[in-house]
Amino acid sequence: MTAPWEEKDRSGYDSHLARRLFGYLAPYRKVVATAVVLLLGLSAVRLAGPYLTKVAIDGPIRNEDPQGLLYITLLFLLLLIAQFGLGYLQTYWTNWIGQQVMSDLRRQLFGHLQKQDAAFFDRTPAGRIITRITNDVDVMNDLFTSGVVSVFGDAFSLLGIVVIMLLMNWKLALVCFSVIPLLFLLTLWFKLRVRDSYRRVRGAVAAINGFLQESFTGMAVTQMFVQEGRKFGEFEKHNRRHMQANLDSIFYYAVFYPAVNLVGALAIALILWAGGIQVLDAGLTLGAVVAFIQYSERFYKPISDLSEKVNILQSAMASAERIFGLLDTGPTIRPPQRPHRAPVQGQIHFDRVSFWYREGTPVLHGVDLRVEPGEKVAIVGATGSGKTTLINLLGRLYDVCEGAVRVDGTDLRQWEPEALRQSIAVVLQDVFLFNGSVGDNIRLWSGRVTDSAAQQAARRVAADRFIQRLPAAYQSPVRERGSALSVGQRQLLAFARALAHDPRILVLDEATSSVDTETEQLIQKALAELMEGRTALIIAHRLSTIQHCDRIVVLHRGEIREEGTHQQLLRQRGIYFKLYQLQYKDQLVDAV
Amino acid sequence: MLKGSRFAEHPLAGLIPYLGRYRAKLLLGTGMVLATNAVAVVTPWVLGRAIDDLRLEVTRDKLLIYATVLVGLSALEGVFRFLMRSVLIGTSRRLEFDLRSDLYAHLLRLTPSFYQRYTTGDLMSRATNDLSAVRSVLGPGIMYSLNTLFTTVLTVSLLISIDPSLALYTLIPLVAVSVCARYFGSQIHRRFRSIQEQFSELTSLVQENVAGMRVVKAYNQEPAFVRRFAESNRIYVDRSLGLARISGLFHPSLALLLGLSSLTLLGLGGWKVTLGEISLGDLVAFMAYLAMLTWPTIALGWVINIVERGSASMRRIQDLLDSRPAISVPNSSATDITAGSIEVSDLSFAYDGPQALQDISFEVPAGSTLAIVGRTGSGKSTLANLLCHFYPVERGQIRIDGEDLNDIPLEVLRRRIAYVPQDTFLFSDTVRGNIAFGRPQATRDQVEKMARTSDIWSDIQRFPEQLDTFVGERGVTLSGGQKQRIAISRALLVDAPILILDDSLSSVDTQTEERILERLAGQLRKRSAIVISHRISTVKGADQILVMDEGRIVERGTHRQLVDQEGLYRQLYERQLLQEELGIE
Repeated sequence: MTAPWEEKDRSGYDSHLARRLFGYLAPYRKVVATAVVLLLGLSAVRLAGPYLTKVAIDGPIRNEDPQGLLYITLLFLLLLIAQFGLGYLQTYWTNWIGQQVMSDLRRQLFGHLQKQDAAFFDRTPAGRIITRITNDVDVMNDLFTSGVVSVFGDAFSLLGIVVIMLLMNWKLALVCFSVIPLLFLLTLWFKLRVRDSYRRVRGAVAAINGFLQESFTGMAVTQMFVQEGRKFGEFEKHNRRHMQANLDSIFYYAVFYPAVNLVGALAIALILWAGGIQVLDAGLTLGAVVAFIQYSERFYKPISDLSEKVNILQSAMASAERIFGLLDTGPTIRPPQRPHRAPVQGQIHFDRVSFWYREGTPVLHGVDLRVEPGEKVAIVGATGSGKTTLINLLGRLYDVCEGAVRVDGTDLRQWEPEALRQSIAVVLQDVFLFNGSVGDNIRLWSGRVTDSAAQQAARRVAADRFIQRLPAAYQSPVRERGSALSVGQRQLLAFARALAHDPRILVLDEATSSVDTETEQLIQKALAELMEGRTALIIAHRLSTIQHCDRIVVLHRGEIREEGTHQQLLRQRGIYFKLYQLQYKDQLVDAV
Repeated sequence: MLKGSRFAEHPLAGLIPYLGRYRAKLLLGTGMVLATNAVAVVTPWVLGRAIDDLRLEVTRDKLLIYATVLVGLSALEGVFRFLMRSVLIGTSRRLEFDLRSDLYAHLLRLTPSFYQRYTTGDLMSRATNDLSAVRSVLGPGIMYSLNTLFTTVLTVSLLISIDPSLALYTLIPLVAVSVCARYFGSQIHRRFRSIQEQFSELTSLVQENVAGMRVVKAYNQEPAFVRRFAESNRIYVDRSLGLARISGLFHPSLALLLGLSSLTLLGLGGWKVTLGEISLGDLVAFMAYLAMLTWPTIALGWVINIVERGSASMRRIQDLLDSRPAISVPNSSATDITAGSIEVSDLSFAYDGPQALQDISFEVPAGSTLAIVGRTGSGKSTLANLLCHFYPVERGQIRIDGEDLNDIPLEVLRRRIAYVPQDTFLFSDTVRGNIAFGRPQATRDQVEKMARTSDIWSDIQRFPEQLDTFVGERGVTLSGGQKQRIAISRALLVDAPILILDDSLSSVDTQTEERILERLAGQLRKRSAIVISHRISTVKGADQILVMDEGRIVERGTHRQLVDQEGLYRQLYERQLLQEELGIE
């Protein structure tokens, strides 16, 4: 599925987009101005070198004046030092601007992401979101560091060279300028060709990557069906395409650099010839000829840089469009105008709730369930009966399609989301552990939970024991997705997390995976501790958990079919009775 | 640079055979580098003479000759430079092609244990990034070292011939340029790496945030994550600015050093001109020679870094090339396709830790069906993996048509077995391409027939382009059940005497399963089959059923016999009946 903001992929200049993008420079106006001034100064200093050479040759060298030569040499040294300082400062500040803008953009995007609802994450592939925040923002870097500021520098350099040459000798200057269009056309031809072949190279690299990735994952299948030969042939095709694209680009490079040199030689030859005639006619000094030769060598860089800018601007615009597209996508679940805010007592009421992801296939149908403050209710049912959806609705990951979910008599949609979430803790079946320490994973980096509160919570759910045995106790890192901790340990950690946040309402999706008897007992004791004094809604998979609850609700195909205590329901000989035989009876045998 | 006995151990020594293949081209390229430089050094000399003539006495005709010679020389140099780049860089691309193909061919021979040791991401980065680092050594590395060598030798000797002391003083800053380029190059690389690391840190924070969004929201911890992100982002910015500080120094430093060289030349050279030791033309030629040396001196520092990185990368590639397949069967005279009887005796196996299989013995007569049931982790899939010889068989024996598995060449074995693995893997190809994966030359009718047998045909009819629909990102997203059924069609189409289905119907509902089993019956009669499942309904009809638990066979018999026993099979069966009653899949 594609999100609507993904579909357009126009490239090119869009003034509205550009204005919005350059708006990000506004806070750094002064620095931008400073960087531009530094750059202009730098270009000016760079232009002075050849002119100084001319002065030296026509003055002290011709007049055999060592003193004068020394002064010029010292001036040259000063210019060099100025060039060094200006060059450094200019590069640093230009980069600084780019980094600040990217940082601002990234933070804004990430903050915006936190406001999105579950439906957004269902609809948008994770990879795409990540690309927006990382790669697309990075493309902006080129625009702000080598684009915006340096365009002034390049234009100024080119203009400066032209003006100085005209002032030194306008006739020779005009002769010399005749090579500029040639240089321009050559550069344009090269950039276009190279961009095209570079695109082919990139395409080929992507194809090789894609092919290898798939090939490594499916290696066993390839080997089992004895298709190694064919796969090798396919790979060679991609590999060859990559080589060919690269060979093509070599051709352009191999032609371009010698051609630029040739144009340079042409310029020198023109200066020598046309200038020489003027020297003969005594209209031109030797120093001017040398300076002309040196200036003519400096045409190339600004022209080449300027021709690059169009490219940078284009790809920046394409990325900007995608970034702003994400920023302009708002969540569909929004907080109410005048939110209800009150201490949560803990009463839950599913008021004839219906819900569907796709119209026509309801997942929940007219579910009516009231849980009083402090009551503990177990929900049981087969896979697909709608249990998980029920707790998703309570967490307002989705909004109901019909009916209402009320907490303390107030519709969830009227509550202030923060107030509500602070009072509801959800423990999911698959315990998600974040990269960070054990302590971080209990506190979840929350400012409201102190380290000692986290440790106390861990002690109360008996997680303390295994945590203390870890190399750095609470500071020990949990590996990604918690692969270093056992299933039971992760459960206990999740309990500690919930307890540390001290909710009024506890929602628990119990893990189905089996653990050894000792851990099982630990978990049960921890669970009793966790539920103490709170409203609890539990999707139960364990008989002992069910027995800890005040009431059992049997959900079947999105409807509540049975309700009562364990004994009552067993006597009914209905769905619960069968579920009991299927899922819970063995646990009884195991426990005995 | 690389000499003596250490040479053979140097990681780049592995490239010598590759370079040997392109001996002639490399020689030609070297000749071109020499030719380019030989022509290039003439230009400043001509320029110098022209300036001197301008100062003394010159005619218009002479000016025209100088101008023409300059352009002519540049054109000639251009031709040589073009050939130099085309030949040397082109060769490096061909070498890269060879190396990458060889690497992939090698990887195709390695067994699953290898792929468990290296992550896909790691392998990819070796086959792409590392390879391109090695390519840089072979291309720009070789070209610029040769160029630097020739340019330096030629221009420096000319400079000395003009004026030895002037040459000495102006060349000192140039040596510093080389050192500087090398220092900054490695610093920039190091800082760039640390930025990359922080970038992936930042990326994984976003990834984690998206993956764990439900927890983040449930605990109201968005602000905490915004803080963490801001912190990580700040480090990224800091490191980037750290790079900007060093790279911001790089070019100004080079410019400063090169400027010092020009400065010395202007001051000292100018003074020498006033003394009459050298002519003005010499000075101009000197300037031009120094300009010629600029790039090669920068390149020298740069090339050293390229070689360093390339060596590290080559070592990482060599690691892969040195990995040997865990299983090697000598090419023997094993007969090809056979009837397909299987005999397993006293087979035990362990991956790396506890015993996964213990004393397994059974027989599957040709044409019969054996079913294996058991809980997750009971060893069923390990058994299938061993039958396919993905792992070495060391304790106990597997015989296929009487031949020891260890004597059957892998290719022959795998042509005898059609295997449907537990994790269905489909290639991003068309549906047809996937079904015909093992037999690309199969006709459309044959593909259709197998698709019908696996009950996927009616689904395919509903796809936008039927059999030609792409699977995966570029086309339809398939359900788990659809993937499994395509994988079954794929196995059936190769028409091997042995068929192994490893829990291959787990994602389809019971009715579909029943339909498939009915249609499969005809196919199963023609071959020996091993059907692994956790569902009783799948295995009921088998000639023989094994019940496995914790790596051992705990019960065996037909469905009737096993149901009559009070055992694990009976328990599984009763559960299944209850499930059916409840309508649970």
